[in-house]
Amino acid sequence: MSLIEAQGLVKRFGDFTAVDGIDVRVEAGEAFGFLGPNGAGKSSTMRMVGCVSPPTDGQLRIFGMDPVRDGPAIRSRLGVCPQQDSLDLELTCLENLTVYARYFGIPRKVARERARELLDFVQLGDRADSPVEPLSGGMKRRLVIARALINEPEIVLLDEPTTGLDPQARHLVWERLFRLKQRGVTLVLTTHYMDEAEQLCDRLVVMDAGKIVAEDAPRALIERYSTREVVELRFGLDGLDTYADKLAGVGERLEVLPDRILLYAADGDDAVAQVHGRGLTPSSVLVRRSTLEDVFLHLTGRTLVD
Amino acid sequence: MVTTALALPRAARRIDEGLRRSLAVTGRNATLARHLGYWWLLASGFFEPLLYLLSIGFGVGALVGELPLPDGRTVPYAEFVAPAMLASSAMNGAIAESTMNLFAKMKHMRLYDAVLATPVTPVEVAVGELIWATVRGGMYCAAFLVIMVAMGLTTVWGALLAFPATLLVCFAFGGAGMLLATFMKGWQDFDYLMAAQFALFLFSGTFAPVDSFPTVARWLMELTPLYHGVELVRAATTGTFQWVLLWHLAYLVALLVVTLRFAGRRMGGLLLK
Repeated sequence: MSLIEAQGLVKRFGDFTAVDGIDVRVEAGEAFGFLGPNGAGKSSTMRMVGCVSPPTDGQLRIFGMDPVRDGPAIRSRLGVCPQQDSLDLELTCLENLTVYARYFGIPRKVARERARELLDFVQLGDRADSPVEPLSGGMKRRLVIARALINEPEIVLLDEPTTGLDPQARHLVWERLFRLKQRGVTLVLTTHYMDEAEQLCDRLVVMDAGKIVAEDAPRALIERYSTREVVELRFGLDGLDTYADKLAGVGERLEVLPDRILLYAADGDDAVAQVHGRGLTPSSVLVRRSTLEDVFLHLTGRTLVD
Repeated sequence: MVTTALALPRAARRIDEGLRRSLAVTGRNATLARHLGYWWLLASGFFEPLLYLLSIGFGVGALVGELPLPDGRTVPYAEFVAPAMLASSAMNGAIAESTMNLFAKMKHMRLYDAVLATPVTPVEVAVGELIWATVRGGMYCAAFLVIMVAMGLTTVWGALLAFPATLLVCFAFGGAGMLLATFMKGWQDFDYLMAAQFALFLFSGTFAPVDSFPTVARWLMELTPLYHGVELVRAATTGTFQWVLLWHLAYLVALLVVTLRFAGRRMGGLLLK
């Protein structure tokens, strides 16, 4: 049985359709991602799965149960790390966890032990008795992750777990999430960072405007929708379109962005040689491997982070 | 037969689990109350009714003399006013906790977003907060009753009887306050609430018996909730027991049940979009 099963899932807010009929299946033990830009419907989907937002239409089953009827039973087995930290700023770090544990009916003694362990796990052990407010963004996010684990959940829902964090703080969060994954916890996360999706997800769906536009393992998506390598060319700011004509036929495909041209080719260096062969002199040339960003660009014609 | 035999324990377990989760919500406030700063906030709510009692009960009371009770006895003015101050302070304490704090937790601190991601439901949040509002209001009331006994304004038995009556007032106004909090758009709405609270404080048989007002005004006062609270608490502290108390009791219980039910539903609507 799949842990999460959605069929034709729809969420509308008035006239606005946030989620427009998606089919999703998440199996036990996998790390599943929703990749898409802001407003793609990722958070709305996560809130429905978290049983805090009733679906407008379609089928949704979590642990084989109905989120509207069995909300409390489902939520008792979920760990939720929402996009906004939603910590209790009036309480200390330890209290944030012990108070939260009580909402799950965890006995006080067990709650205290688990809270200490989790604070150590997210490397906040020495902050147990300090208030939440002065913590950095990365520390707060780690505390939220610890809070999400207090009930030893079978699924952890992470909505944009590293948005707004600096690179170092992000890597620390990723490393902790990777450990969770190794322990066999099912992770479901949303992100608009392709590197996050590539690093953490076994399988992901690409979402755009409330719909799923592709679904597979990150590597497989790249192989299917992009070439092995990409050449980024810059020619100053004007007349990129005229260069596009001159580059026709080089590589398999080309995308004109506001500030650069992307050439998709199996062999990047060969493509660069062809560009020079046509007498063109770009101001900068970068050959790199294809990423999920390229997949998204190909599928939707837009970039992930705008 | 079999189904009822099975259904009853199941229903009992549901209520039991619900209450446990509600108490976890109450527990969050109790945890916060262990922090030092919180008690300064609490102290303010206690002194206000005491100052009213001293200035009006004794000061104005010296000019007024004795007042008649419903059963024909007369009592010194301070004895008439004190239970009304008690009921008002129960109302103010419960409303402060349930409106301002609930509003802040819901809109500004977004506290319940995290709570509702756990098995706790909106109604359980409402009940848990209400219990806390009543604990807080109850502390004011207990302290005030001790002072009343010390000043000879009621007996120990009167105080023991009045205490549960004040808790009911806390519960009922806590429920009403919570329902109002779900309608509040911004902080300016609280000015209207304060004005309404003050009007209730002045015109609920607090400083003068309601039958000393014109008939229409009296009817109006008898419809408002604080009137019933004042009458109930005054009956307890002065030892005046009449059948009409059942009506006051029923009114407050009904206020509690109806407002709590709607508050829970509206919180669900606001938070679970």
